[in-house]
Amino acid sequence: MTTVQEKSRGLTGSEFSYCPGCTHGIIHRLVAENLVELGVLGQAIGIAPVGCAVFAYDFFNCDMLEAAHGRAPAVATGIKRVLQDNVVFTYQGDGDLAAIGTAETVHAAVRGENITIIFVNNAIYGMTGGQMAPTTLLGQKSTTTPAGRSRETQGAPIRVCEMLATIPGAASIARVSVDSPANVRKAKKAIKTAFETQIAKKGFSLVEVLSTCPTNWGLNPVESLSWLRTNMMPYYPLGTFRSPDEEAK
Amino acid sequence: MAKVLMKGNEALGAAAIKAGCRYFFGYPITPQNEVPEYMAREMPKAGGVFVQAESEVAAINMVYGAASTGARVMTSSSSPGISLKQEGLSYIAAAELPCLIVNMMRSGPGLGGIQPSQADYFQATRGGGNGDYYMPVFAPASVQELVDLVPLSFDLADEYRTPVMILGDGMIGQIMESVEFHEAPPRPLPSKEDWITVGTGEKRSPHIVNTLRIVPEVLEKFLNGYFNKLETIKQKECRWEEYGLEGAEIVLVAYGTTSRIVKSALASLAGEGIKAGLIRPITLWPYPQRAFDRIPPSAKALMSVEMSAGQMLDDVKIASAGRWPVHFFGRSGGMVPTPGEVAGAVKQLLGDRE
Repeated sequence: MTTVQEKSRGLTGSEFSYCPGCTHGIIHRLVAENLVELGVLGQAIGIAPVGCAVFAYDFFNCDMLEAAHGRAPAVATGIKRVLQDNVVFTYQGDGDLAAIGTAETVHAAVRGENITIIFVNNAIYGMTGGQMAPTTLLGQKSTTTPAGRSRETQGAPIRVCEMLATIPGAASIARVSVDSPANVRKAKKAIKTAFETQIAKKGFSLVEVLSTCPTNWGLNPVESLSWLRTNMMPYYPLGTFRSPDEEAK
Repeated sequence: MAKVLMKGNEALGAAAIKAGCRYFFGYPITPQNEVPEYMAREMPKAGGVFVQAESEVAAINMVYGAASTGARVMTSSSSPGISLKQEGLSYIAAAELPCLIVNMMRSGPGLGGIQPSQADYFQATRGGGNGDYYMPVFAPASVQELVDLVPLSFDLADEYRTPVMILGDGMIGQIMESVEFHEAPPRPLPSKEDWITVGTGEKRSPHIVNTLRIVPEVLEKFLNGYFNKLETIKQKECRWEEYGLEGAEIVLVAYGTTSRIVKSALASLAGEGIKAGLIRPITLWPYPQRAFDRIPPSAKALMSVEMSAGQMLDDVKIASAGRWPVHFFGRSGGMVPTPGEVAGAVKQLLGDRE
């Protein structure tokens, strides 16, 4: 019998705490597989956010920290400035990264901090029960935008990759999705590029991963993937926004 | 080592580097700007790292990260900036991470002013952030004492795995005094190997630095152990100075800058034949309650003297346990009391009592 796929040793084997159909599990696997394939699992130090991935410290098979809400890039900075040859990554949701942690995110990029951020955007607050996120789409209903997000009242959603791409210290910025096997493969490659950017000490790297929240979107897992493609992808186009290969602007 | 003339804030930086601190994360705020400026100049020479963070919130979280690697790390700020660090401080206490935080207090509330004040006593000694925690708080009364308390603070932080605060004020930070940098007596410190996050090397199970303990039984069990640790600190780490207690008819209680003013007041009172003494807490948490057992029978009253509206006053009352009437004299808003004002308050009180 031939083994074609096995659970990554980059994961601990603890049962995920995510809802059925949520794509956090796929993203965890991609991060873990990359750490193993790049041979850096033993040097990796991860930082969990506050949000659905708060228990990520139980899932990644490397040294882990749990940070205060939004502060993971600052915590990562503190670690990386001491341990410059380790691989330091944060794993953050849209509320953590793009609302309460906006300053920490932007300034880690401004400093060109040699860290990697995995930014999971599912356009809603999952852990707290479906409130508006900074990335909630116009018209999208949430428990704090019961009539749908309106441009007049809540403003239009923030595009994190496009914003960070304006910052010279941001070396590697990409948006991917895990809605299909083809996109999962692309996402894995983008995460690999981000880690390689850090290992080569080329500066700040971030991968935004479009993700689903069947529970709080009120859709089944298959409908959720379809909703992501129909609604999120047009507003959050996939692609590479900064590449470590291009000259720093 | 010969004595050198140094500003408090710069002497603090020099003492920290000498104590092995190699990581400083800060943000400018008056009256402690000479600390980050000194660190920006001197840390690289010592092979260390200085980062000017985007905010005090970020700076304290950088401390959280660096402390998790086992490095000696510190931050400094002044009152409004220390308020911003309270979230991080609560997490650092909960994660049991060693580090040093310095507050060169200015007046408040709000933006307040930039003159010396002692109005952050409650914040420093009652936790300050959310949850059930305390941290050792040292109150230096001179630049020399500040310099001497720095290595002790780092050692205590490592020994007990706790944040430690040095609570100075704008006067201690800005004053220039002659100082001597002593070699700190070596203190056996526990290894950090079994908890630091430095990478597993795939040779051990992951270390996790965490403050989320979502099962109540688990959190209570952790806290019981944590409170035991605090109890040990209370038993072993109280420090205070007794000054002129013998035969004193009134005992003043003051810390930091104010205690120096009180000493001047006591000298002038002695010249007038009034016997007054001083208890000067050096640790504000744990509060040196035992010092009050040493107050002689001659004392008829206590007076807390502060640059605040009366914050340490609460601890003086707790420590007095009803044994003496407790009075208060203070200036606030950045006003520094004069020795004459303090002496006048003592005379008025004694006069009132006659």
